[in-house]
Amino acid sequence: MITLERVTKIYPGSKVPAVDNVELQVPEGEICVLIGSSGCGKTTLMRMMNRLIPITSGTIRIGDKDITGMDVIELRRSIGYAIQQIGLFPHMTVLDNIATVPKLLGWDKPRIERRVDELLELVNLDPGVFRSRFPRELSGGQAQRIGVARAMAADPPVMLMDEPFGAIDPINREVLQDEFLKIQAKLKKTIVFVTHDIHEAVKMGEKIALLDAGRLIQYGTPEDLLTRPKNRFVKDFVGADRALKRLDLLKVKDAMRVNPVHCFDNDPGEKVLEQMIENDLNYLLVTDRESKLKGYVNLVDLRGHNGEVGDVVHPMRITVTTDRNLKEALSKMLTYDIGIVVAVDEDGRLAGVLNTRTLFSVVGETYDERGGRWGKIPANGSIL
Amino acid sequence: METWQFLVQNSHEVLLLTAQHAWVVAVSVVIAIFTGVPIGIWITFNEKAADIVLYIAGIIMTIPSIALFGIMIPLLSVFGHGIGVVPAIVALVLYSQLPIIRNTYAAIKNVDPNIIDAGTGMGMTRFQVLFKVQVPMALSVIFAGVRVAVVMSIGIGAIAAYIGAGGLGHYIFMGINQTNDPMIHTGALAVAIMAIVVDYVFGIIENRLVSKGLRA
Amino acid sequence: MKSDHSSTSGGRFWMIIGLLVAFSAGAYFQSLGFFEFAADNPDEIWDLLLQHIRLVLISSAISISLGVPMGILLTRGFMRRYREWILNLLGICQTVPSLAVIAIAMTYIGIGPKTAIFALVIYGLLPIIRNSVAGLAGIDPVIIDAGRGMGMTPAQLLFRVELPNAMYIILTGIRTSTVINVGTAAMSFLVGGGGLGDLIFTGIAMVDPGIMLAGAVPTATLAIVMNWAFGRLEKSIISPGLVYSSN
Repeated sequence: MITLERVTKIYPGSKVPAVDNVELQVPEGEICVLIGSSGCGKTTLMRMMNRLIPITSGTIRIGDKDITGMDVIELRRSIGYAIQQIGLFPHMTVLDNIATVPKLLGWDKPRIERRVDELLELVNLDPGVFRSRFPRELSGGQAQRIGVARAMAADPPVMLMDEPFGAIDPINREVLQDEFLKIQAKLKKTIVFVTHDIHEAVKMGEKIALLDAGRLIQYGTPEDLLTRPKNRFVKDFVGADRALKRLDLLKVKDAMRVNPVHCFDNDPGEKVLEQMIENDLNYLLVTDRESKLKGYVNLVDLRGHNGEVGDVVHPMRITVTTDRNLKEALSKMLTYDIGIVVAVDEDGRLAGVLNTRTLFSVVGETYDERGGRWGKIPANGSIL
Repeated sequence: METWQFLVQNSHEVLLLTAQHAWVVAVSVVIAIFTGVPIGIWITFNEKAADIVLYIAGIIMTIPSIALFGIMIPLLSVFGHGIGVVPAIVALVLYSQLPIIRNTYAAIKNVDPNIIDAGTGMGMTRFQVLFKVQVPMALSVIFAGVRVAVVMSIGIGAIAAYIGAGGLGHYIFMGINQTNDPMIHTGALAVAIMAIVVDYVFGIIENRLVSKGLRA
Repeated sequence: MKSDHSSTSGGRFWMIIGLLVAFSAGAYFQSLGFFEFAADNPDEIWDLLLQHIRLVLISSAISISLGVPMGILLTRGFMRRYREWILNLLGICQTVPSLAVIAIAMTYIGIGPKTAIFALVIYGLLPIIRNSVAGLAGIDPVIIDAGRGMGMTPAQLLFRVELPNAMYIILTGIRTSTVINVGTAAMSFLVGGGGLGDLIFTGIAMVDPGIMLAGAVPTATLAIVMNWAFGRLEKSIISPGLVYSSN
C-alpha cells in the first residue's frame, strides 16, 4: 500500500509548486494510474516515490514506512522501475540487463539464471533465443517487454511505471497492455502507472488520479471519473465520448438480463406453444436440461407440431460470452444488425440476454422497455 | 625578468623569427587546403577510396614529426632542397592532410540526404548540389579542420627550425644548446602565444562561417 | 587493412602497390646507409629503442591514471559549474606546441628522463581528459536514470554502466595520446632523456641519413604498431552490444 500525505514539490527558484499537496492512497495489489496533460506533475510525483526527486514537504509511505527514513538505495532496489524510453543498458546482454537488481542484491548465479528464464517466459519471449541478445538487436516491443521484466526481476511488491508502453505502436501496445494485465492478475503487485492516454488509464487502472498543474483533481475508480466527473475539467479530460468509454469497462454480465425466459429441448411442443401465446412471445430460447443453449424456436414452427421442442429448434449462430466487454457485444450487434444478443458462459450455458435497451440503461441515462424484433423478454425462468 | 629583458633586447630578431614561422605555416596550410579539400570532396563519391585515403593520412599522422623531417632531407636533397624551408613545408603539408581531408569528407557527407534529394529533385546536377548546397553547409566544419591544421603546423613548425627552416623554434634549440634560459623562454612562450591567439581567432571565424540559417 | 581487402581484386591491387612502396623504401634506405649503420650498431639502436619505449610507457601510464579519473571527476554533478571553463582551459593548453612544453619544463626542472617524462605526461593528459569527459558526458541520460532508479549506488553506476558505455571514446583518446606520445618522446633527447631521438637529431646535425633513419624508422614503426595494437584492444574490450560506425 502506498500512502501520500500532503505531498508537495517546489523546485528551487520557482514560485509555483510542481506537485501541490497531493493526498491519496493506493490499495495493496492494485494499479493506480496517474494521468494528466504534459506538465501536470504526474511524472514528478511518481519519481518522488523512489526519491529520484526529493520531496519538498509531505510524507510518502510505502506499507507503513516513511520513505524518507529509509536508505535510499535499499528503497530503490525494492521498487520496480520501468520508464518510457526503456533504458536498457546497451552494453549488456538481455540476461545481464534483467539480472541488474538481483546482482545488486547479491543473488547467486544459478538463482539469477533461473529467475531470468522465468521472467522471459512470463513476458512471452523464448529464453533460449533472447538471453544472450543485445538491446540493439531487439524490436521496440521486445525491448519494452524486457524493460518490464527487468523491473520485476527482484520480485518487488511495488512498481513504478512511467508510460512504459508509450514508445510502442498502437497495435503492439494493446497486446502488451493485455499481457501485462494478465501478469498482474497473477502477481497482484502495487503499481503506480503514469500515462497521458485516458484510454490506457481506463483500461489499466483500478484507481485513477487525475492531476492538473500539480494538484489532484479527482481520485477514484474509472467508473467514478466517467460517471461522476467532479468538474468541467474532468469531464473534458475523460472526453465527450465518456459514455462509450464505459463500454470498455463494463462486461456483458454487468448489463445483461439474467435468467431470461426459455424452455427445455425435451419440453412438449404444444404446451410451450400455449405459454408463448399467453405471454405474447414470438420467439423463445431453448436449452437442454443442463442449461446449455441449443437455439431458439418461433411460433410458426411450433404450430401443429406434436413432438418435442427440440425437433424444430434453430441453432443460435451469434452469441457473446459473459466476460467480454460491452464494446465487443455492441460491435457484434451492429455487425450482424441484431437488436438482441444472447449471452452464454464459458461452457455454453445460457446466462442472459443483452439488447440495445438493457445496454443503454446500464451505460447511459435513458431506459426504454421496447425490445425490438424479439419483443418483451421478462425475467421469468422456465416457461412451463 | 630576464626573459622580458631578452625579449626587449632582441625584439627585432624575435619579430623576424615570428614572421618566418608564420610564413612557413601559412604557405603550408594554403597548399594543404588546395590539395586536401578537393581530395576530401572526391572521396565522398567513393567509399572505398575514402577508407584508403583516410587510413593513409592517419598513418602519416602517426609518424613523429622529427622523423618525417629527417626522411624529407635525403629525399629532397636530390633536388637540392634537403634542408631549410622546403622539407619543412612538404612535411607540414602532409601532416595537415588528415584534419583537412577528414573534416571535409565528414562535413559534406553529413548533409542530410533529404536536402540533397530536394536539390536533385529540383533539377540541380550533382555538382551544383555539391557546390551550392553541400559545401556552403560544410564550410564551418571544413574550416575547423583548417584551424586544427594551422595550430598543429605552428607546433610542428617550431621543430622544423632544427632542419634550418627558421622560425621561433630556432630560439628554443639554440637556447637548449647554450643553456640560455631566457632565450628558451622567449622562443617557447612566443610560439605558445602564437598558437593560442591563432586558435582563438580562427575559432571566431569558424563560428562566423556557420551560415545564418544553421545557427542555433 | 590489407588483410581485409586481400580477397577482392581491388584489395590485391593495393597490396601490390604497398609492396612496391615498401620495396622502394627499402632500396632507398639502403642507398642512404641505413642498413649498414643498423648492422654495425645493433646494440645502440636496441638500447635507445628500449629507452624510448620506457619513456612512452611510463608517461602514458601516468597520463592515463591521472587523466581518466580527472575526466570522471569533471563529469560528476558537483563539477558542473566548473566543467566548461576547465575544458576551455585544457583546450587552450592543447594548442601549445610540444616542443615549447618540453623546453619550458627543462628550464625549471633541469635535464634528464624525469623532465622528459614530466613534459610527456602534461602533453599527453589533455586528449585523455577531453575524451574521458566527452565519452562520459555523451552517454544517453535515460540509461543513467534507469540505473539510479533501480537502486545503483553512484559507484556502481560509474563502473557498471557509465564506464563500459564510454569506453570506446575513452580508449580512442588514450590511443591518440599514446601514439602522439611516441613521436613527442623523440624530443626527450633534447632534454637529456634519451630515446631514439638521439639518433634522429644526431643524424640531422651530422647530415648522416643512415643514423637519422636508424632513429626515425623504429620510431615511426613503433607508432604504427601501437596504433594497430590499440585498435585490437578496442575491439576486444568494447562490449559487442555497442556499435560504432567505422570512422
